[in-house]
Amino acid sequence: MDALFLQVLNGLDKGGAYALIALGLTLVFGTLGVVNFAHGALFMAGAFCAVTLEKVLTISTKVKDESITFFDAYKEVPILEAKFPVVGAFIVDFSVPFAILLAIPVMLFLGLLMERGLIRHFYKRPHADQILVTFGLAIIFQEIIRHYFGANPIPQSAPSMVSGSANIGALFGLGENVVYPWWRLIYLTFAAIVIASVFAFLQFTTFGMVVRAGMQDREMVGLLGIDIQRRFTIVFGMAAVVAGLAGVMYTPILPPDYHMGMDFLVLSFVVVVVGGMGSLGGAVLAGFLLGILQSFASMNEIKSIIPGIDQIIIYLVAVIVLLVRPRGLLGRKGVMEE
Amino acid sequence: MKNSSALSDWVLFLAFAAAVLTMPLWLAPFGANYPDLMQKFAIFGVFAIGFNILFGLTGYLSFGHAAFLGVGSYTAVWSFKLLSMNVLPAIMFSIVVAGVFAFLIGYISLRRSGIYFSILTLAFAQMSYNLAYSVLTPITNGETGLQLSLSDARVLDAMAGITVTRSLPSTNLFGMKMSGMPGFYFCAVVLIVAFFIALRITRSPFGAMLKGIKSNQTRMAYTGLNTRPYLLWAFVISGMFAGLAGAMMAVTDPLAGAERMQWTASGEVVLMTILGGAGTLIGPVLGAALIKYFENIFSSFNERILNRAFEALPDSIQSIVVDTVGLFVGEGWHLTLGLLFMITVIFLPGGIMEGVRRITALFDRDKSGSSSAASNTAAAEHS
Amino acid sequence: MSKKPQTSNWSRRDVLKASAASAAITGAPLFFSRNAYGAEFLNNPGDGGTVTLGFNVPQSGAYADEGADELRAYKLAVKHLNGEGDGGMMNTLQPSALTGNGILGKKVEYVTGDTQTKSDAARASAKRMIEKDGVVMVTGGSSSGVAIAVQGLCQDAGIIFMAGLTHSNDTTGKDKKANGFRHFFNAYMSGAALGPVLEKEYGKERRAYHLTADYTWGWTQEESITASTEAIGWTTAEKVKTPVGAGDFSQYITPVLNSGADTLILNHYGKDMINSLTQAIQFGLKDKQVEGKDFQIIVPLYSRLMAQGAGENVKGIFGSTNWHWSLSDAGSQAFVKSFGQEYGFPPSQAAHTCYVQTLLYADACERAGTFEPCQVGAALEGHKFDGMGNGPTEYRAEDHQCFKDVLVVKGKDNPSSQFDLLEVVEVTPRAQVEYAVDHPMFAGGDLGSCNNGA
Repeated sequence: MDALFLQVLNGLDKGGAYALIALGLTLVFGTLGVVNFAHGALFMAGAFCAVTLEKVLTISTKVKDESITFFDAYKEVPILEAKFPVVGAFIVDFSVPFAILLAIPVMLFLGLLMERGLIRHFYKRPHADQILVTFGLAIIFQEIIRHYFGANPIPQSAPSMVSGSANIGALFGLGENVVYPWWRLIYLTFAAIVIASVFAFLQFTTFGMVVRAGMQDREMVGLLGIDIQRRFTIVFGMAAVVAGLAGVMYTPILPPDYHMGMDFLVLSFVVVVVGGMGSLGGAVLAGFLLGILQSFASMNEIKSIIPGIDQIIIYLVAVIVLLVRPRGLLGRKGVMEE
Repeated sequence: MKNSSALSDWVLFLAFAAAVLTMPLWLAPFGANYPDLMQKFAIFGVFAIGFNILFGLTGYLSFGHAAFLGVGSYTAVWSFKLLSMNVLPAIMFSIVVAGVFAFLIGYISLRRSGIYFSILTLAFAQMSYNLAYSVLTPITNGETGLQLSLSDARVLDAMAGITVTRSLPSTNLFGMKMSGMPGFYFCAVVLIVAFFIALRITRSPFGAMLKGIKSNQTRMAYTGLNTRPYLLWAFVISGMFAGLAGAMMAVTDPLAGAERMQWTASGEVVLMTILGGAGTLIGPVLGAALIKYFENIFSSFNERILNRAFEALPDSIQSIVVDTVGLFVGEGWHLTLGLLFMITVIFLPGGIMEGVRRITALFDRDKSGSSSAASNTAAAEHS
Repeated sequence: MSKKPQTSNWSRRDVLKASAASAAITGAPLFFSRNAYGAEFLNNPGDGGTVTLGFNVPQSGAYADEGADELRAYKLAVKHLNGEGDGGMMNTLQPSALTGNGILGKKVEYVTGDTQTKSDAARASAKRMIEKDGVVMVTGGSSSGVAIAVQGLCQDAGIIFMAGLTHSNDTTGKDKKANGFRHFFNAYMSGAALGPVLEKEYGKERRAYHLTADYTWGWTQEESITASTEAIGWTTAEKVKTPVGAGDFSQYITPVLNSGADTLILNHYGKDMINSLTQAIQFGLKDKQVEGKDFQIIVPLYSRLMAQGAGENVKGIFGSTNWHWSLSDAGSQAFVKSFGQEYGFPPSQAAHTCYVQTLLYADACERAGTFEPCQVGAALEGHKFDGMGNGPTEYRAEDHQCFKDVLVVKGKDNPSSQFDLLEVVEVTPRAQVEYAVDHPMFAGGDLGSCNNGA
């Protein structure tokens, strides 16, 4: 029972990440009709915003390292912490949450730039071309990151006050072994808030209304004299920000490296397809569903019945859904069903 | 018209065969005339030609073709282990097994089209890769890859009285060893045969049907035609080409690794086809050769070689040039690949072949209409 | 454009003619094949003034940073062999036939290649070195799959392979080859060295829970470690396989909480190890108590580069390593000094083993008086040496595995710099980690006979 409860939590947590990435992907598809293979790279870019901020905050002076005697070695002493011991240490400790403030403008800029500079010219091109050009872009993003940050993962720590785990067993009257890291609970909450805000934004603002109308019938909205193009550009920026924020907040859970975008790309595509291309609710539902299924498939009890099931469960679900209900769980009838 | 088209096909085929067989000569200035790389050119050429039968003709973008390549390799190595070191049974079995595998995956995946089809093939390929790497290790030998061993059965060889003692036997074609230059000529002949088959398929009514599907599937369906059997055949044929390529990889180097099946490996063949020119006959081969050349030659450039290359420059400029160039070669060759690829898709959606065509078109205009053999070939070659 | 009638224009006779033509072309350029001058072994440098070595390391992919460090070590070794720099461990190798004037009087040149940590790419790259660049020896590798694949290739081609970082038992066990040599230690040695230390530190009564990377190396390590922990009386609660590159391991870690196990053994390497360790600690495993015992985590194969990746989390965690830069013997000091002066930071164990392998190869060539692979191999077989940072070492003739002391290390509690992450807890003597050639974990292989490619 305790084990199952924890696996549900694991699933929700994973699902939160999947949903956040898939949300932007499906939003871009639904509005711009573009299949963006560089979306995973945006997730990675967000994560590296956190890395960059941490690096900047800990810019160091080189001090001769006396402990190494037989060659000249230097150790690094962060200037900020040395100059302002208390405040500096506090800022460095909270570098991941602070990175959100950095990531929002950076990702918005990156998103707008990508849309204006590249994606725009591919609206009318076939999906295959869109996939290919964004795939090329993803490779370039990834190689640039590798060039400057190396190939090894760079760990980021959560603020020390939330780096431990919460004894939620006591809270729910479960066993003492039911503990869960604070940061993962925060991530789950954060994902829920971001998802809710995106939905609220699209549901309750005029801007969102126009965008939704555009998703239904782009031509009609254009005929009404509304500059749907400009709004879609902003939507792309928004998708980039959501992916970036997902990346920033995920860094303490998964030390970021240059390849994380590709790792998540295929997964998030599967999530989008299972949820239904262009369906926001579907992306969220499928994200959580796949997260939970993946967690359960990893349990030894299940692996002993079907060996290797944890390696293929996500793809298996995708295949079944596509065959049984090709428009996806919550997809609109007719979208991509030619 | 009919005759000239058939004639230009002949010209194209012979020119292709001649170019492939003389690779050791004209590749020398590029430092690419060593057997392994030329074998790779031929093998990936076959792979890309096969992929093009599906993608180039029907427009169905498969992201899972590497799975068939992997299956072909595994089958070939198992054939070496169990039956004989002769390459013919290995190649035959590989094509058959890859074909069957492609039929199964194609039968399911082709129930959908567009990006759904891509995702389905991707899902199947990833499942194959994940399982080959872990649970299926008894069959695939997982991370290390399936290798030959001294204690293999080799039933047919044993019956023929060929035994091995201390060192591993090498793959052969009735005694002719398949490593080094003979291996290359073998691959070259296979490539030429594969090219010939692809040419015939493209020019056949079946090929015309596939192109019809690409340009307008709905219209095809309205004429009362069920397109799926045609698509499935295209898928299976292209899977068999991939299996053949996989078998040739095992022939020239008897080892089969799971990473051959990864989705990024599938992405590679897509890159090759697009870079060269999807839908053309020569394009995919060119694209395959270019990418393999990059992978092997560009990645081997290191600082020392660069410094030597730019020795003539003044020191300060030399270091700047070396640093900039260093970003794109050696460990940075992926970056070059990504850039090259984006540029192709953006500016030359028809790949290198479209570039060639544009240039020859310019050339033709200059000569005010006198049709050169080259443009004739290019035009015939673009189907 | 193309309709039925003309497709049948190709008669069978045409096809026959075409194939006859191709056959004629095929036959013609056969004289371009290599070694037409009939050297007595492959890539014989002959009378040339230089000899070329092939450094095949991961430059892209998950192990690119280790590969970069290996390449630094190789370049340093070439420098030293050519008599430049301070000579490093050339001065401490005992006995030594090295001259500081290249190898056998020929200046050492090198070519590099990218293995991408994939067997296919690694073999393609090694083949390029052998066929195009004419190398006499290939060395490198940052994973066992790649090392075994390249070792097999070098055996078939007929040149020497000096393995870099490869830890699987199979490299010198099931998949050993006459042309391949490994200086690095292996999973069995890790287990044998860790066993007694774990017994001393954590007692005889423990329940271990294994998380194992689901591929060959993970399995051999799990087998080795299980054998040695069960030998000291520990029980094994569960062995769980995790997909390589899983990223988030939470779904594998939470079952540990309820399993009743009091020790977690992470048979992971590289990115997997950094992620699983970081996450295990986030789940509070390090602070957990099980029936009055502190929960412990063990990482059997440690690397400083990875410890850097895992940061704070490695504190107090036991593992084993082939070499560590803080060792105080003359060889280690000489190496760290010259590497540190060249690059500004200390070398990793990967760099160390690669540097040593290059010097050992050069030394064997000098002693054999030739680059001929079989004679070089014979010079390496059974060779005993000292002064390379691992104490007295022997290349066992029967399986081409180096036997030497193994280091048991622990994540340092108060590191003085970003390099000072591990402390050496014990130097396990060679006798304790030695095993018979036909030990079940290594059985099933055959060196075969040496191949010189002629």
